[in-house]
Amino acid sequence: MSEHVLLRHRDIPDINKLDVYQANDGFKIFNQVVTSMKPTEVTEIVKTSGLRGRGGAGFPTGLKWSFMDNDNWPHYFVANADESEPGTFKDREIMESNPFQFLEGLAISSYAIGANAAYIYLRGEFWQVAHFLDQKITELENANLLGDNIFGTDYSLRIYTHLGAGAYICGEETALLESMEGKRGQPRLRPPFPPSYGLFGKPTIVNNVETLTNVPAIIENGGQWYQDLGTEDTAGVKVFSLSGRVNKPGNYELPFGTTFRELIYENGGGIMDDRPIKAIMAAGASSAMIVADDKALDTPMDYASVRTLDADLGSASIIVMDDTVDIDWVINKTISFFKHESCGKCTPCREGNYWMHNLTERIHAGDASSDDVELLHNVASNIQGKCLCALGEFSIQAVLTGIERFPKDFETKVR
Amino acid sequence: MAKEVTLTIDGQQVTVPAGTVVVDAAKKIGIDIPVFCYHPKMEPVGMCRMCLVEVGRPVYDRATGELVLEEDGSPKLQFWDNLETACTIPASEGMVVKGMTEKVQKGRKDILEFLLTSHPLDCPVCDKGGECPLQNITLEYGSSESRFDFDNKIHFDKKVPLGDLIYLDRERCIQCARCVRFQRDIVEDPVIQFYNRGRKTDIVTISEPGFDSYWSGNTTDICPVGALTTADFRFGARSWELNQSASICTHCAVGCNLTYNTRREAKSGGDFVIKRAMPRQNEAVNELWICDKGRFAHHFTDSADRLTQPLMRVDGELVPVGWDEALSLAAEKFQTAGKDLVTLVSGRLPNEDLYNLQQLTAGLKGSSSLYTQMAGGDLVAQMGATEENNLSTLTAEDAILVVGSDLEEEAPIWWLGVKQAAVKGTTLIVANPRPTKTDQHADFKIRYAYGEGAAAVESLGSGAGEAGEALAKAKNVMVFFGSEGTNLAASSALAEACGDLLTKTGHSSGLVGVWPRANTQGAWDMGFRPSTEINGAKSLYIVAADPAGDDPALAEAVKAADFVVVQELFLTETAKLADLVFPAQAQTEREGSFTSGMRRVQRFYMAVKAAGDSRPDFDITAQLGAKAGIDLKGLAPSLVMSEINAKIAGYADATYTKMAQVSEQWPIINRADLFYGGTSYENNAGLGVQLGSIKKSEVFKYTDGLELPDGDLIAVPITRLYDRGTMLSKSEVLGSHLPEPFVVLNPEDAQRVKTADGMTVSITLAEESYVAVVGTDETVPTGIVLVPRSVGMPISGPAKLEIHIAETTLA
Repeated sequence: MSEHVLLRHRDIPDINKLDVYQANDGFKIFNQVVTSMKPTEVTEIVKTSGLRGRGGAGFPTGLKWSFMDNDNWPHYFVANADESEPGTFKDREIMESNPFQFLEGLAISSYAIGANAAYIYLRGEFWQVAHFLDQKITELENANLLGDNIFGTDYSLRIYTHLGAGAYICGEETALLESMEGKRGQPRLRPPFPPSYGLFGKPTIVNNVETLTNVPAIIENGGQWYQDLGTEDTAGVKVFSLSGRVNKPGNYELPFGTTFRELIYENGGGIMDDRPIKAIMAAGASSAMIVADDKALDTPMDYASVRTLDADLGSASIIVMDDTVDIDWVINKTISFFKHESCGKCTPCREGNYWMHNLTERIHAGDASSDDVELLHNVASNIQGKCLCALGEFSIQAVLTGIERFPKDFETKVR
Repeated sequence: MAKEVTLTIDGQQVTVPAGTVVVDAAKKIGIDIPVFCYHPKMEPVGMCRMCLVEVGRPVYDRATGELVLEEDGSPKLQFWDNLETACTIPASEGMVVKGMTEKVQKGRKDILEFLLTSHPLDCPVCDKGGECPLQNITLEYGSSESRFDFDNKIHFDKKVPLGDLIYLDRERCIQCARCVRFQRDIVEDPVIQFYNRGRKTDIVTISEPGFDSYWSGNTTDICPVGALTTADFRFGARSWELNQSASICTHCAVGCNLTYNTRREAKSGGDFVIKRAMPRQNEAVNELWICDKGRFAHHFTDSADRLTQPLMRVDGELVPVGWDEALSLAAEKFQTAGKDLVTLVSGRLPNEDLYNLQQLTAGLKGSSSLYTQMAGGDLVAQMGATEENNLSTLTAEDAILVVGSDLEEEAPIWWLGVKQAAVKGTTLIVANPRPTKTDQHADFKIRYAYGEGAAAVESLGSGAGEAGEALAKAKNVMVFFGSEGTNLAASSALAEACGDLLTKTGHSSGLVGVWPRANTQGAWDMGFRPSTEINGAKSLYIVAADPAGDDPALAEAVKAADFVVVQELFLTETAKLADLVFPAQAQTEREGSFTSGMRRVQRFYMAVKAAGDSRPDFDITAQLGAKAGIDLKGLAPSLVMSEINAKIAGYADATYTKMAQVSEQWPIINRADLFYGGTSYENNAGLGVQLGSIKKSEVFKYTDGLELPDGDLIAVPITRLYDRGTMLSKSEVLGSHLPEPFVVLNPEDAQRVKTADGMTVSITLAEESYVAVVGTDETVPTGIVLVPRSVGMPISGPAKLEIHIAETTLA
């Protein structure tokens, strides 16, 4: 038995080769599902497992599947491999090193919703990953594990890769669908949600790569097994992408409920040069700034516990900052990113990020007054709650909490 | 019928069909929620975020499904933390919308502040100033101070020609996407698009030539800022200086309702001039839209080439003469000619003028003739569109047949209406020898060989095939017949076949002629019938027609007449041959009425003062009558219309009073909230009168087909929106849109005769030679050459054509 549920390549060499993967029971579960289970039975197991989406929003996966409109066909499955959140690099490792488990998860999930076509939407920079996955898909087709009449049943499934053109917003599921349809990558109005109106207007499920990679193990070991791996609030395991001022950055697969302290000091080897830790961003650039005091460090990382810190766990890309890092510099960086990535569809995000960027530049350059900091906070507040999608709402998290929780970093900068 | 729901907006209750968005529901009770991206004719997108409101929804018990009540017995409401966009929220039962709370007002202020951070402060020189939604909403919600550092404003190009008719000011654009959505979703010409993202988002054209669409001007009406302006009106006037006069477009048979904006100008000696043509709302005709021809081709009025005084031929020269002398001479000559007088008119003339002309001619015992190549107006009068069966009433139970017409070219707004009906589920059958844009939404596409249109229609009437069955099954049927590839005889056969088809499939209304002129139907109704046989006439009275300019053979006929009077706006080729020339007033200079192809009689009003000493046609004719002892009404067109009401079958209800009546239309647009519907004018001058069918024709006579002439290449006439007709060629703004002579043929044929796309060749058509540019198009049947009407190569029907390649072009 592997130590890892998701990063099994760390225990089993060459698991990215089909024969090795199959020798380790690969596609046994898919076979079992297709030949002996009803789609609704698969969905039920995923529901009882408590699996929640790993892309950031944490929506219950099985529940999402159960929303599929069964009066409208065909159904599509889309794997979200856009992985664009700064500080997140888990899906890439999974796809590159344990690709078959992800593809098997995608295949099982497609079966569960009755999709005969599944797409993997990868960010444009992942073209090598897409090429690699294409080869793996071909191997599966050659082995009759994908294609028509899989395992002699009447179930057929094709998997295709699709490259984006370089937009953060295309990780948002409706913008992703627009992009796949050949349109501008901009979010749609919701409702309707993809399970009733998705790709090409057909019922569609969009799930993150990591989410799907959990699925074979969940079906194999049962929902309760998975529940027991995590906390009461958040079931299962998670790949935490750790980065910033730590000695050993990287991906760490740990159960939900692991504390920040365990991740940063035990797994991550502590802070570089043993400097004091100052702040944590738990969800990449979309994070609120967490003051890294003892209370925070001892907080278990699950969705509900992190919320008690007035922050979100999101995709669990943990960016660690020590006392050498100025928070005004950090928010200048995040706003620079969001200004660049705002799709321009809605006013507050498009104009607000441009405005905030002007202000953070000025503040960081030391050309601003305390009024400008106040204005920046006010502009961010005015964006809040008025945007079409989550991008605009995320863009202000670091700004608001940075100013509120690290006021000294700004006081020393302004005239 | 959708379920009705009742909601409360700012304390007022309103009942609307479920699914109506809150902005529209509010509009119904006079509450104007500010919007930039939302437009009542388009699907909501929720982009600009201006229409923020607080929305409370009644809470239902999950277990019992019962409404949860507060202690005081009122329904418990759930409000979300965030404000919501009223343009995307469908009204639901018991919903409570609050638009006046402090939270909402602040939310809207915030959005407006964001929009203004990137907007230039150039209202004083902006064409939209005075009728600008952003300006108006800023007055209501804007701060008097800017918190945005002026030095951080991005500067973009302020004069970007998207095409030669529409300019973009990139700084002013607020990325609402109304223009992009209009072109993509409403008119399906997606030739403009967003480029780049975020604050760099830019409108670009993706067609060559730029903004290649017949609909481009509408985007300037719905643009909520001054980002899009027309080449015609750009820097032309300030909106508050403009007067408005209601009018009807004179360029095709649709009868779009217009408003001409006029102002006094020094260049016209302090008199009013037309500054722009704007759409005027008529949901039964053109909704809020007009085509670019209607918008830009109004310069026939202010052309320097207008005739301003009567001319008489003296010693071979046309010299100015007084009205009285000219009228006396004409009356004397016409009386002498008697039955040898031929009055030739076109459908460009209003009903009142046509009526008087018919009366005068009859009184003198002469004969009258309608100058047209299309027949069937008598059938349309009998079984045309009705109040119950027209483009605005069609449903999924109905069907449309479009036959022999490239509808977007011939009557753009009807194309739009047909498309919209098809989208709503009306069965659409398109029968044409080659594909057209109308095909895009067709349920059935029928191809027939040129000349066999009537036969194609006849076979539909036999009830055979799915298309035939659909027609037989349909509750209402509309049939649009055009003049693609026909001559007069073939047009007559096609019209009869269409009438027969309607009758055989159990329908008695819905026949529409896609006429070449605004009032061709009115001319039929006033008793004119087509014929171009003017040979042998002793006296010719030619009104609003230019046969000599159109066709050298007809020029000979004009020359052969003893005495020719031409009544016109311009010194046409025909006028140059005349013995007397009467300067007529343009339609924009007087009152009158047109009868559209769908038989809606609509009034137009005087917009500007008449050019020089010109007079209205009905009055000239009446004055001629007076000289000849025939009593006609000349004082006012309303007096003529009263006679028409009494004497012309079907016109009893088409009184000036009724035509001027208005009733509430949806969407409700007006100048008070330009942000909602755009700058299209509300209609307070009249929606017109829809005529009914007058009787049912029982016997239809038509031949199977039109025999095409022998020859290697056969020219067939087609109609294009832009040609070089008298009324169009004076509008210089249309510039390159007015084509030089051209022909279009299949690339295979082109290769065979050794020509190619873009090559200038010499062609022989009806024994005359012309220089034309060749276009190739694989959708043109082989052996066929498309020859557009009115671009300088006379063609009255299918004819043999030869293409000669000059040696110089080959080299």
